[in-house]
Amino acid sequence: MRRSLLFLPGNTPNMLINGSCLGADAVIFDLEDAVSPAEKDAARILVRNTMTYMDFRGCERVVRINGIDTPYWKEDLDEVLPCRPDLILLPKTSSAADIQEADTYITETEKRLGLAAGAVGLVALIETALGVENAFAIASASPRVAALFLGAEDLTADLRCKRTKEGREIEYARTRLVTAARAAGVDVYDTPFTDVNDDEGIETDAALAKALGFTGKASISPRHVETINRVFSPSQAEIDYAYEVMETIRLAKEQGKGAVALRGKMIDAPIVERARQTIAMAQEMGLGREDA
Amino acid sequence: MKGKVVGSIREAVALAGLKDGMTVSFHHHLRNGDYVLNLVMEAVAQLGIRDLTVNASSLFDIHLPLLDHIQNHVVTGIQTDYMSAALGREISRGILERPVEFRTHGGRPSDIAQGRTPIDVAFIAAPAADPMGNCSGKYGKSACGSLGYAYPDAMYAKKVVVITDNLVDYPLLDWSIPESYVDYVVCVEEIGNPKGIVSGTTQITRDPVGLVMAQHAAKVIEYSGLLKEGFSFQTGAGGASLAAAKFLKDIMLREQIQGSFGLGGITGYMVDMLQAGCFRSLLDVQCFDLKAVESIRTDPRHQEISAMHYASPSHRSAVVDSLDVVILGATEIDTDFNVNVHTDSGGCIMGGSGGHSDTAAGAKLSMIIAPMFRARLPIVTDHVTCVSTPGKDIDVLVTQGGIAVNEKNRELKERLTAAGLPVLDIHALKEKAERITGKPRQMPHGDRVVANVISREGALQDVIYSVPDEE
Amino acid sequence: MAEIVQRACAGTMESSDVYVEIEPGREGIQLHLESVVRQQFGEAIRETVRAVLAELGVENANVSVRDRGALDCVIRARVETAVRRGRGNN
Repeated sequence: MRRSLLFLPGNTPNMLINGSCLGADAVIFDLEDAVSPAEKDAARILVRNTMTYMDFRGCERVVRINGIDTPYWKEDLDEVLPCRPDLILLPKTSSAADIQEADTYITETEKRLGLAAGAVGLVALIETALGVENAFAIASASPRVAALFLGAEDLTADLRCKRTKEGREIEYARTRLVTAARAAGVDVYDTPFTDVNDDEGIETDAALAKALGFTGKASISPRHVETINRVFSPSQAEIDYAYEVMETIRLAKEQGKGAVALRGKMIDAPIVERARQTIAMAQEMGLGREDA
Repeated sequence: MKGKVVGSIREAVALAGLKDGMTVSFHHHLRNGDYVLNLVMEAVAQLGIRDLTVNASSLFDIHLPLLDHIQNHVVTGIQTDYMSAALGREISRGILERPVEFRTHGGRPSDIAQGRTPIDVAFIAAPAADPMGNCSGKYGKSACGSLGYAYPDAMYAKKVVVITDNLVDYPLLDWSIPESYVDYVVCVEEIGNPKGIVSGTTQITRDPVGLVMAQHAAKVIEYSGLLKEGFSFQTGAGGASLAAAKFLKDIMLREQIQGSFGLGGITGYMVDMLQAGCFRSLLDVQCFDLKAVESIRTDPRHQEISAMHYASPSHRSAVVDSLDVVILGATEIDTDFNVNVHTDSGGCIMGGSGGHSDTAAGAKLSMIIAPMFRARLPIVTDHVTCVSTPGKDIDVLVTQGGIAVNEKNRELKERLTAAGLPVLDIHALKEKAERITGKPRQMPHGDRVVANVISREGALQDVIYSVPDEE
Repeated sequence: MAEIVQRACAGTMESSDVYVEIEPGREGIQLHLESVVRQQFGEAIRETVRAVLAELGVENANVSVRDRGALDCVIRARVETAVRRGRGNN
């Protein structure tokens, strides 16, 4: 369950050591934009130690390494892969070849360090126009790809348009990424909402992302995490309905019926699949029922 | 009209008959902007008076000149409810002949009223006063809002001197303290520095840990069973406490709950809650910022209360007795829920109870909000360095790493657990923090008692020892 | 190449961080420590710094540590960073 993914600046101890307490389903240790070139070495050692010594149970660990067009990314991976992060976030992914290059080095490193092959997933951060257009190819470039991730700040710069709160300028990128990710069978995460003090704005923006089909949403502020979690969680009514769906088809099977209806609506395969997903999520949130 | 106006503080001191060995008193509404205590003590020292006890509702770093008066034996005793860190450090080194007597904001007026701590001359800093001594905190360039803590001094001191920088025509109508208590009035150029008296705006915290604690705190209140029509609430001016008030406000507006009153030191945030309809009234013993001062001056729903009315345990009743929820801080809390707000983990004085023990004793739900550790020092300890508020009065500790409920409040524990909040045993919370920080070395204390901590009922609750010189 | 060949520093003076300076030395490890939690953790911090230096094979260096309440894993990271920088191969 990754409803919320919270960026933590990679060279700031005060944020890193409290990362697991901030309520996010996953934290993203950022070695890229949040760290100046002169401190890249310090940040990767600090992030490595934080992952080694601090308890992140209940909170997945993602590392945003530097891009493959920089001199830093291989050292980043050398340092953090032994800590077995859950995911590596690869910035500026623009093509399947980018994924393959990173994948090849990760596979080599896993072998060299004696780590389980393929254990760490890759998330492609799509933040260029080319990346958006290549989204499906990227998402299906390697079995290691676990998700696509929209980065709207850099993307709008590349598109030469202004980034707005309403987000009209990224409508296409959002729907394109959701479609590509779903077509490839991977997750998809929405870009952060950047106004830390706009409580209404984050609610609206997260609700839009959820409505478009995103799996979850990133955040640059701990203040947004709770809202994101709430928006991306099934409501009690949705959970109740999901259990009702499952109960109805169970009864239908018992009675040997083919098609069944609930509340006047035919229950078809997509409804059952959605009910299964809702129940799985409810169980992860501790809101599931024991009998199911 | 000359009325009771005399020419100088020195003259007022002489007229009031202040002599060696007596007690003078001050209130702290001008906080770290107060000039009056220093002006008076300077005049007293010039008159050659010695061996005085200073009874001040709180002392701040601006009062550091007291150290000279201590050295020169002008001051040999201090009674206070709170002492900020720079003064506290010196007191902890053992510079004062007699131990400091720490009381609470409710215990102080109680002991004054009962004659346990008689005051010979009270000096009342007043942002507005008329020549007969009617005075108020709501008007003038040094406006501080409520004068709540000055009431016991005015009512029970043998002589009362009002010191103002804003002498207005008789009668000052909207008085807090009436002329019937006042002997002399002195007009000086400035009673304080407005910048130190009230903050411009109080901001909710940006610190992520503070925000997480505040979210937990608001949920604890939401699921406590107390958040319903008529709810009453007090919170501090600290960043996390204010953030908790913000999240509570969101819940109250969403659920359309109107509380009966907000209490305490009042911040702009509580004023926002009043104006948004979260409370029917504010009961204000002290204003923390300009917005609160403006509100108490103009909004009849925002009422000044005296220190007795706020928190005295020996008067017929006090507002704290009707309080539902209070959010409080701590420098340490032990596994029996005893709280220290007097010293840092190294044993050095840096605070005091203020209204901590009073509200904790009165409120139905007393919540401590604190991070698991500060600068590598864990908050939960086996034994606090100083018992400021006894654990029997504390219901719950909220940290970023979990919520610990006092066993005495089983119902609360069940409610919070059922609500899915991260409840854990306080011993487990202590271990969780120590796994992160390592176990700190036990601090040895000096052998001299530098302060006695007196409970709100007037009993000796704990002592504070001197801090040994650094090796 | 284990020894420190140039002066180097790592970390910051921000809360929960530590500022480490390292210089080439001749007489073993000379350690200077300032810490906001010196009384409670002074010995623990010294031990950690010495342990990291030993793990990295540093035998001679002058090390100054100004600690702002950093956790052990942060102190370890900053000392290691300073050593790597002090070796000049970074």
